[in-house]
Amino acid sequence: MSKGNTAALLILCLLVFSLPILIKGSYILTIGIFIGINALVAIGLTILMGYAGQVSLGQAGFYGIGAYVSAILSLKYGLPVIFSILVAMSVSAAAAVILAVPALRLKGHYLAVATLGFGEIIYVILNEWGPGGPSGFGDIPHLSIFGYTFTTSQEYFYIIWGCVVLVMLFSLNLINSMTGRALRAIHGSEVASLAMGVDVVRLKIKVFILSALYASLAGALYAHYVTFVSPSSFSLFYSIIILMMVVLGGMSNIWGGIAGALIITVLPEVLRGFKEFDILVYGLILTISLLFMRKGIVPLMSDLFKRGERRPSRIQG
Amino acid sequence: MFTVFLQFLFSGLTTGAVYALVGIGFNIVYNSTSIINLAQGEFVVIGGLMMWLFLEGLKLSFMTSIILTLAVAGSIGLIMERLTIRPLLKKADLLLMIMVTIAVSILMRGILMFKFGKEPYSYPPFTEGEPIIVYGAVIQQQTLWVIFITGLCIVLLYLFFNKTLLGKAMRACSVDPRAARLMGINVSRIVMLSFVISAVIGAVGGIAITPISLMEYDKGPMLAVKGFCASIMGGLGRGRGAVIGGFVLGILESLTAGYIHSGMKDAVALIIMLFILFVRPAGLFGSAEVARLRRF
Amino acid sequence: MNKGLRLLLSILTALTVFSFISISQAKEPYKIGAIFSVTGAASFLGEPEKNTVLMLVDEINRAGGINGHPLEVIIEDSKSDETQAVLAAKKLLEKDNVLAIIGPSTTGESMALVPIMNNAKTPLISCAAGAGITNPVQERYWIFKTPQYDTSAVEAIYTHMKKHGITKVGIITIATGFGDAGKKALHDLAPKFGITIVADERYGPKDSDMTTQLTKIKASGAQAVINWSVGPGQVVVTKNWHSLKMGIPLYQSHGWGSKKNIELAGKAAEGVIAPLGRLVVWDKLPDKHPQKALLKKYEEDYKAHYKGEPGTFGGHAYDALMMVVEALKKAGPDRKKIRDYIENNIKNWPGTGGIFNMSPKDHCGLDMSAFEMVVVKNGDWEILK
Repeated sequence: MSKGNTAALLILCLLVFSLPILIKGSYILTIGIFIGINALVAIGLTILMGYAGQVSLGQAGFYGIGAYVSAILSLKYGLPVIFSILVAMSVSAAAAVILAVPALRLKGHYLAVATLGFGEIIYVILNEWGPGGPSGFGDIPHLSIFGYTFTTSQEYFYIIWGCVVLVMLFSLNLINSMTGRALRAIHGSEVASLAMGVDVVRLKIKVFILSALYASLAGALYAHYVTFVSPSSFSLFYSIIILMMVVLGGMSNIWGGIAGALIITVLPEVLRGFKEFDILVYGLILTISLLFMRKGIVPLMSDLFKRGERRPSRIQG
Repeated sequence: MFTVFLQFLFSGLTTGAVYALVGIGFNIVYNSTSIINLAQGEFVVIGGLMMWLFLEGLKLSFMTSIILTLAVAGSIGLIMERLTIRPLLKKADLLLMIMVTIAVSILMRGILMFKFGKEPYSYPPFTEGEPIIVYGAVIQQQTLWVIFITGLCIVLLYLFFNKTLLGKAMRACSVDPRAARLMGINVSRIVMLSFVISAVIGAVGGIAITPISLMEYDKGPMLAVKGFCASIMGGLGRGRGAVIGGFVLGILESLTAGYIHSGMKDAVALIIMLFILFVRPAGLFGSAEVARLRRF
Repeated sequence: MNKGLRLLLSILTALTVFSFISISQAKEPYKIGAIFSVTGAASFLGEPEKNTVLMLVDEINRAGGINGHPLEVIIEDSKSDETQAVLAAKKLLEKDNVLAIIGPSTTGESMALVPIMNNAKTPLISCAAGAGITNPVQERYWIFKTPQYDTSAVEAIYTHMKKHGITKVGIITIATGFGDAGKKALHDLAPKFGITIVADERYGPKDSDMTTQLTKIKASGAQAVINWSVGPGQVVVTKNWHSLKMGIPLYQSHGWGSKKNIELAGKAAEGVIAPLGRLVVWDKLPDKHPQKALLKKYEEDYKAHYKGEPGTFGGHAYDALMMVVEALKKAGPDRKKIRDYIENNIKNWPGTGGIFNMSPKDHCGLDMSAFEMVVVKNGDWEILK
């Protein structure tokens, strides 16, 4: 792992550790919790899109599977929460495989649309057959380990951001390993990497599964934090929001996932004052940032930092 | 029994016609730019709401309202292209372009909501009168108008693309923009024209359907998804395909709601779409080889 | 000192003394929170609710506030999304330290807030209809709601049907929380009134054509059709029902109560029957009716301030706010006292939704009698006897 990344990771740990101590109010912590949850999904999508070069407009589907499966198992069947979360993640991974095998043969727009279709079908299933249908259901048990139940925002902040840190650690290592380099090769040119002996198909499926795992973990954590779920949180709109986070934060760098999650989760809170105008302002900000900050925030920032150095531009993965 | 089936069919034709128009809009833009304009659905909404504004709000004549509405829709398509698509077309990758169209659709929705609020709007059908009964099934006069107008658009577009120089130039661009440029075709103007035409077509759909199903500021996304399914079904980029795709989709939705389970209606479009994508991505009419060769 | 200077000095002194008195007399505002779906799918609920609250707060403060304390209502937009509602509630409870929260506009959002409000020991007066919001009442100590139960609306419809000998109905509901709750109530209560549901259809919130579903209902032999939705779906179903010439009566839910619906449906709306809150038919009520005066004033004030009519939804916010205001006035700015007041002292209380009778067993306080059976005649409402 590069020095820059290690340093960033340490800074993140420091921030995560100190924030709940400095800020007592649970309103800001709650926003932080939602940023963390969204970041988990965004990081997975960043790896899929930015490194493996595959598009997905259906992450809300995996997010929803994670939330619903974990909620149902722990509420209706009384299974321990941690176990439910793990089962939910496995179900999500299975769904990813079922989707990925036919879908990853498609390219570009077609893949995007196939994933969109997947996400929508999950939404329809949740809406029609999920407990409570469109109204959703509540009383989902909080997270608990060895008998201790987590209830406060402080605790959840630590848990969720702890997961983010672990996920970042894992992902950063992945990027820099052989697998990561193989991934970037695929993004550059599939034909070339095939010629170099990379098992393109299997690798793509694995990354898809990874993004599904991250998203379903986030969904399960969401369910056990809010203790209430309804299909409206898992619609196409959410998939688009996550996509926006990835693109805005910067697809080529997984820190972009956190940056994008931060900006887009906070934006509606900042816009609260605008009431009627908020959709307008939202769309305006998004359009302008996409037009003028194409690479995304994080690469933009790191480019600014590196301005002094002469460096041949790396092939953006 | 037959009456019931016929009724389902008519219901499907109504919605199918709008899907077809949206699908055609997608195709036109896709052909000249390889972009999928996810704001396509918003043009339908603009068509319906603007028509209300001119017809009911400002009490202008019917023809004047239509002309003004189409002019407004076309201009918005133009502005969208100039401000957001043109600057990025050569530089950015296609995924970013799709994201930009999503952002623009959110922006458009925000503006529409600001001006029109969230309530539904409607205006009287083009011809007042009792619905027509065919073998016991009822078909509203406005539905016939919707189908007629869709048919008219298809004919006009066919003539345009096949009989006029400009239309042929657009087709040239869709096959190979570089070659087209070499032949002296102004590709960037073609791109602009494609956005304008697709905006106008979308608006036509909105104008026709509003008397039947009302129009609100946020009907865009659902129409975009369904219209997109229609164009995928027909094979992305093939005008004829989108039309057939749209009607087939509308009818299949209606039949599913009728014979299977009305809650499943929305899933139909998606399942069909996924099926086609996995089994025959070129769609019903596209050629498999061409689909593979197309740059993305 | 010359005369001019003396005059100036006295005026200044007077002003200083006067302002000192009024500053020390300026009372702390009473802060209440409100969460409405001002934007998003349920904005047709949230917007009139927000407007109503703004109008009432202005009126109350101009009349001197509550026992001299100005009333401050902090309104948050939940964008019809539960996550946003949760965030809004947390902000209101922790940052603004509100004494009570009114809203949210939808059942889903209200349900999401139940554990939060119970934990924060702060009263919530929801403007959503779901029965689950206030049941089971032992677990809803801090939760109340002002809209009528959907079960009461169903009872009203079935009672009318029974009187007219209808035993077979076809139902068509929207695939949202509201529609589902109605569907459940329709099924649950049918046997009690000797009614069989022979067709059960659904449609989505953005669907543009329901002739397919209505055709199936017509073919099922139903003697009446009941539509359960709010929003444009009601109008589309009405238009489709009319053009299909179904020949059987169409009943709507209590969400039908808005003149806009009649306007948009045109002549198709003739003959449509629905159980409505009295707000829409106040002018047809006898003068002695306890709700008439306040309904008249509410509708006229709303029309003077905003364009459009408040509809029954705005009325839910009216009732919620006025209950809290009365509790503040009589019991003071204490969360528990407000809660106790609402539970125990809102009896025979005329509101826009009906005449409320809250109790420890019933945190909604309304039943079937809150509705009038109304039919659309000549483009206007008419109370059915």
